[in-house]
Amino acid sequence: MTSKGTITLVHLYPREMSIYGDLGNTRCLAARIRRHGYDCVVHDHHPGMPFPETAHLLLGGGGQDSGQSRVEEDLLAIGDRLRGLAADGTPMLMICGMYQMFGHTFLTHEGVEVDGLGILDVTTRGQSTRMIGGVVLDTEFGPVVGFENHSGATVLSPGQRPFGTVRVGHGNDGVSGTEGARTHHVIGSYLHGPLLPANPAVTDALIAPAVELATGRPFEPEDTDDRLADEARTRQIARLLAT
Amino acid sequence: MLRTMAAIVAGKTARLAARRRGGGGSAFPGLVAERVDPKILAKTLSRLPDGIVVVSGTNGKTTTTRMLAAIIAAHGKKVFTNPTGSNFTRGVISSMLTEVPLSGRLNADIAVLELDEGHALQFAKVVAPTYALLLNVARDQLDRFAEIDTTAKLLATLASQTTRCIVLNRDDPFVARIALSVETDDVRYFGTDPLAADRVPSLHEADVRFEDDFTPPQPTPRDGLLHPHDSRSFSVRFGEQILGDVTLQQRGLAAMINATAAVTMAKAVLGGDFHKGIAAAALREVTPPFGRGEVIDANGAPLELVLVKNPAGFTVALDTYGDEPVTTMIAINDDYADGQDVSWLYDVSFESLRANGVALTSGVRAYDMALRLDYDDVAVDTIELDLDAALERLLTAYAGRPTRIFCTYTAMMALRRTLAARFDLPDFGEDGA
Ligand SMILES: [Zn+2]
Repeated sequence: MTSKGTITLVHLYPREMSIYGDLGNTRCLAARIRRHGYDCVVHDHHPGMPFPETAHLLLGGGGQDSGQSRVEEDLLAIGDRLRGLAADGTPMLMICGMYQMFGHTFLTHEGVEVDGLGILDVTTRGQSTRMIGGVVLDTEFGPVVGFENHSGATVLSPGQRPFGTVRVGHGNDGVSGTEGARTHHVIGSYLHGPLLPANPAVTDALIAPAVELATGRPFEPEDTDDRLADEARTRQIARLLAT
Repeated sequence: MLRTMAAIVAGKTARLAARRRGGGGSAFPGLVAERVDPKILAKTLSRLPDGIVVVSGTNGKTTTTRMLAAIIAAHGKKVFTNPTGSNFTRGVISSMLTEVPLSGRLNADIAVLELDEGHALQFAKVVAPTYALLLNVARDQLDRFAEIDTTAKLLATLASQTTRCIVLNRDDPFVARIALSVETDDVRYFGTDPLAADRVPSLHEADVRFEDDFTPPQPTPRDGLLHPHDSRSFSVRFGEQILGDVTLQQRGLAAMINATAAVTMAKAVLGGDFHKGIAAAALREVTPPFGRGEVIDANGAPLELVLVKNPAGFTVALDTYGDEPVTTMIAINDDYADGQDVSWLYDVSFESLRANGVALTSGVRAYDMALRLDYDDVAVDTIELDLDAALERLLTAYAGRPTRIFCTYTAMMALRRTLAARFDLPDFGEDGA
């Protein structure tokens, strides 16, 4: 099969902000882009490096506090570029720690306020207890399954769309019934698991706008065999709903 | 003294009662004794003439503790250890109760104790270790230790409370760095020999390690350095002195690293009495702990059980075994003891299994495992959630071939139980997860 175009995927801070299998989202996206007949270039962006000229799809993951403080400065430096890409419709998936950094502020449990990028209209406050466990969401991509592990409680501003509504689990803050946030094609979420392998509808929703940006043509998907993903997802959802 | 005696009587009674009920809860008698005299552990252990050695870290505690105890015992010392793997304060007291007479005096020269990272501080609060052997820090049981930094700090605190000697892993920056925060000047290292570095696969998760602000000093003759020869045999170099060749009963690089850690600590404990011939002979006799490379004779074909519980451990296991032409099954459960989040499977590369494929995935998360393998283009023949059914298929459809089962903790317990009944295996103690 001849390539239908090349997608450049930028993984933000794979050393500092990649924990609990977040790397799986990048592996899954790259593999699925190729299975749809496109070429995929994965670019790792590290703190202090120039941000790549071309970026069709951005990924970020969770980290430890030490990781978060290591990327703060770089995030400020490339902030305008990221805000511009988001406004231009570049798809992005930001999990856990990077989801928090894509909001306005993050107030740590110790009372330190960290400025975020403000791409998502959310604020986060650190808590002493962690929200841990399996999660089932209803989203516009269908039911989504994952695993949350976070101590930050995130509050959406009134106009901010969530990524999904919680059927099982804590979600953003354990009370609002919402999980994650979505603006343009930017998705922020607490779902590890990792999120994409078992939820291919979300993966394709990220790939489609990336393809349009890269090729100027609409996404032309191939027939993919998603039986394993579907079994893994539906079985885990059934288990979590039964408990 | 009277209080200690009362505590021991109470504990022994609880132990007998638990036995009569057929209960196996090994921490319960210890809990009773601890209630009566919280200092019982300190009092009893602090009387040991050669002190207390603690072994901690994420991977390899049980194996290393067993090896270290064996080496020291082979040198003629009476060793008290916690072989049941109930590796925290109450568990230690529980195993003590089986051996302590009412006087409270333990008939031993030295204690060699496996300590879970999470319970290390609780233990050190009661009794300061004389020696600490710190193996590694890896992501494990995420629900309990949310951050790897936190685990590293727990080990550093344990080290700072250790009175005589600390042995650290020079290949794990999180552990090696602990040297900066300790008081004692007897700090030794074990690790892989820089001269043999090309033979050793990367053991750590590069994605969570940062640029090092600490490089361990040049190895000295007190530091034990591993030279692997093949998948079973190795030697350990102390300066000009070579210990080995040693062939372990357990295969693989992880076991060799554990053995290197054990001999380095044994040398520190025994000083001039350490004899490398005795140490090598003792290591050859150590049987693998339950589930750590145990080989079962399945109708004439070897069936190997390999416990996997975190990315670092699984990666090392695959490096050791991955491309050998054996029939492979992977069983993944997600109970508390397995780790409830299966995300960690995405931090392991399964490419080495691509050439031969995987015969079966099983366990509650069999489909998630098959999906993970699919992303590494590893073919899976059969997905069978039920462990017994999967085992049955493995033993019939692949009869006569060497097989290997990588499994998480509760999957291993279940499989081992079925295998024990089927092949009339001796009873096993439930080693720590
Ligand atoms: Zn998280």
